[in-house]
Amino acid sequence: MSQNFDVVVVGAGIVGAACALECAQAGLKVAMIEQGIVGGGATAAGMGHIVAMDDSDAQFALTRYSQLLWLGIKKELPKDVEFETTGTIWVAADEEEMGEVRRKHSYYSSRRAPCEILDSNSLEEAEPNLRKGLAGGFLVSEDAVLYPPTAARWLSAQAQSCGAALMQRQVTATTPAGVDFSDGGTVSAGLTIIATGAWAPELASDLEVKKRKGHLAITDRYPGFIHHQLVELGYLKSAHSITSDSAAFNVQPRATGQILIGSSRQYGAEDNGIDHRMMRSMLARACEYMPGLAATAVVRCWTGFRAATPDKLPLIGPSTKKRNLWFATGHEGLGITTSLGTAKLLVDQIVGRTPAIPFEPYLPSRHLREHVYA
Amino acid sequence: MVGGGPAGMAAAISAAESSSSVLLVDDNPALGGQIWRGEEANPSLRAARRWNERVKRSAIQVLRGLRIFDQPRPGVLLAESSDAMREIVYSRLILCTGARERFLPFPGWSLPNVMGAGGLQALVKSGVPISDKKVVVAGTGPLLLPVAAYLKRHGAKVQLIAEQASRAAIARFGKALARHPGKLAQALGIFGTLAGIPYRLGCWPVEAKGDDRLRSVALQQGTKKCEVECDYLACGFHLVPNIELAMLIGCKSRNGGVLVNEVQQTSVPNIYCAGEPTGIGGVDLAIAEGQIAGFAATGQKQKADRMLRASARHRQFATVLDSTFALRPELKKLSRENTLVCRCEDVRFDHLAQCRSWREAKLYTRCGMGPCQGRICGPATEFLFGWGADSVRPPVFEARVESLMATEVSAPAVRV
Amino acid sequence: MPDALAISLNGKSLSVRPETTVAAAVYIGGESSFHRSVSGEPRGPLCGMGICFECRVTVDGVRHVKSCQMLCKQGMQITTDV
Repeated sequence: MSQNFDVVVVGAGIVGAACALECAQAGLKVAMIEQGIVGGGATAAGMGHIVAMDDSDAQFALTRYSQLLWLGIKKELPKDVEFETTGTIWVAADEEEMGEVRRKHSYYSSRRAPCEILDSNSLEEAEPNLRKGLAGGFLVSEDAVLYPPTAARWLSAQAQSCGAALMQRQVTATTPAGVDFSDGGTVSAGLTIIATGAWAPELASDLEVKKRKGHLAITDRYPGFIHHQLVELGYLKSAHSITSDSAAFNVQPRATGQILIGSSRQYGAEDNGIDHRMMRSMLARACEYMPGLAATAVVRCWTGFRAATPDKLPLIGPSTKKRNLWFATGHEGLGITTSLGTAKLLVDQIVGRTPAIPFEPYLPSRHLREHVYA
Repeated sequence: MVGGGPAGMAAAISAAESSSSVLLVDDNPALGGQIWRGEEANPSLRAARRWNERVKRSAIQVLRGLRIFDQPRPGVLLAESSDAMREIVYSRLILCTGARERFLPFPGWSLPNVMGAGGLQALVKSGVPISDKKVVVAGTGPLLLPVAAYLKRHGAKVQLIAEQASRAAIARFGKALARHPGKLAQALGIFGTLAGIPYRLGCWPVEAKGDDRLRSVALQQGTKKCEVECDYLACGFHLVPNIELAMLIGCKSRNGGVLVNEVQQTSVPNIYCAGEPTGIGGVDLAIAEGQIAGFAATGQKQKADRMLRASARHRQFATVLDSTFALRPELKKLSRENTLVCRCEDVRFDHLAQCRSWREAKLYTRCGMGPCQGRICGPATEFLFGWGADSVRPPVFEARVESLMATEVSAPAVRV
Repeated sequence: MPDALAISLNGKSLSVRPETTVAAAVYIGGESSFHRSVSGEPRGPLCGMGICFECRVTVDGVRHVKSCQMLCKQGMQITTDV
């Protein structure tokens, strides 16, 4: 059994669903292929934050662009997506980190992202449950949080209402003519987009994407305990680390009043079980910044696999090795944020539109092998 | 032993006949589990008194008010009380975690004063006043009549007992009871207490009505409907085994219960399981299995083998329970569109009906993601939609961040 | 062992027997709602054995206490979340 599509998107997580919607809105005949639950992979495991991040100019450009796209559609999002512009406060523990706050303020301001420097008093006022004695913080007011599984489902439903198909099948191989399924069937496609996150190398074995395991815990309801997404300035150090497992303070209020506690990063961990050592160090780090968390009750713990690339930028564009094969993967901890921007840039390339930001930094053809995996 | 009900106490006493050191842990303030709740302080049942006295006279170490939430590595359990965390180091473990009631949704079931049958009894045993209160007892299972009798003896005005099982099923159950003299005597005693109270078979609740709390219950029997004014509705639909800790530890399950061999050993060599978690079977079977597990886990093989015939006899009774109290299909149709199925997250029936699996329901509606971790809505959705449960992750009970961090233990680890 | 424990429920003084659970104290005090659900419904205990979490109240300032498994203590302050 075979059908003809202009585009097949393999993987209906938030990135795949966003790509399918953008393709459908551009008039392409598109099918999403998802072997499990739409939005049920890394999408479901992650923190659902929408953050402008400045690890590199290219990362900032993509995250800020995508953030503005989210803000543009937030009124259309249904209630169960729980989109909330909570803002992010990057917390500075000491004067050295306040230096970083000032650098960020200058960087973000010059790129017209609304932000503010908080001294220790205004930090305490903004977040009374942070420990005393912190130096201050950096508030990015247009950062937001949402609930990713329902966001992915909404994007997929929107795509389908624009004519996209959704198939629950497992893709075992891609060819220049389309994809093969595990049950022997095929689908013809003008081009195939791989949006399977950390599992992308299963369909493109030399792809420079590795699993980066993360742990999360969510508490019972404590409304008002925390108002903004909070993250320590050491977060980027954690995201940088090459070989060591790391935990950084990163907590988030959910619309339900529950507190979502992250974050951790590990390379080389292939099983999805809870690593007690990682969980403990993550919780301990969180309690260092918010001592009141120690007494809160944890309802659930879980893990997920980010898709990490050597230079911390996603792969958005055509394969250099195979005809008609495209990638929308490698988003590490920014898949939710950059899903919409990824979809735009990908379809810009496919149909030949002028992109809103340059897409060259994210092309699979950039020289990844020159980078050490970091 | 994890769990200080009949199985746990029997296992502890049996294990203590060896030279092993024995620890009995329970999450309630006193021993007894559900069926012997309150017996430790105020003994009224002969068997409960005997076992409680034996535990008191023994060298068994007892920790009450302590709930196990994780096994971070083999041989180590983490447990939490209201103000402390303890680490328990063991070489052999006997799981006696009992069972919980199955709840099925129907309109109004989330009103205050609608509780389980065992639930209301547990609350009354803990001090809830029931004298002169009107109670309807409904649902299904071996708990209904004993609960009604208990409530009546404590002054409740039991208006009606509604058992969804058919007359034929209950008649067969009665015949099976007759083959177990001890149970028959108990049943006759219960019937005596309940003389004069309507006992309707093939009858089930269709709506709990009220404003800020329950005021009346509507029931259906065949094509007949009736409404009964009451203060409390004690309604549960039989029991489901508590197997979450066993699953976390890696024990295999079968038919919703922990898989064990004839000496109660699970698929993990030094872990045993006794009582309701291996399959709902009642208190006599739980005690026998507890003894076998206690003997077997401490190398007292001959004593374990001597118990096998008794436990086989009690197990025959257990198989009758399942068939008697099977749920009728009408119970799947009780919910309206807006009837809540998951009470922790207020998830409606119609939103769940759109989902195709337990995991999908969790992700999209949050059903099962609340503090009860799916213990209430899981068995309901299994019956309503045929969904199976997920894998189990720690913590198996909600636990404080400080307990999960496990860096500061409030006391030295307990080692057995 | 004292004859009775003096506790407070939502600011009202109450006297209960020892070995009474906090959940029972709420009923003795004449209330049947313990907390509100996420959509605002009044709720009370369901399972009586520490599994359903519908019996949660605030005890001595600590939230989400399972009242069906906690014994009353002299001077305890219980507040329902309704």
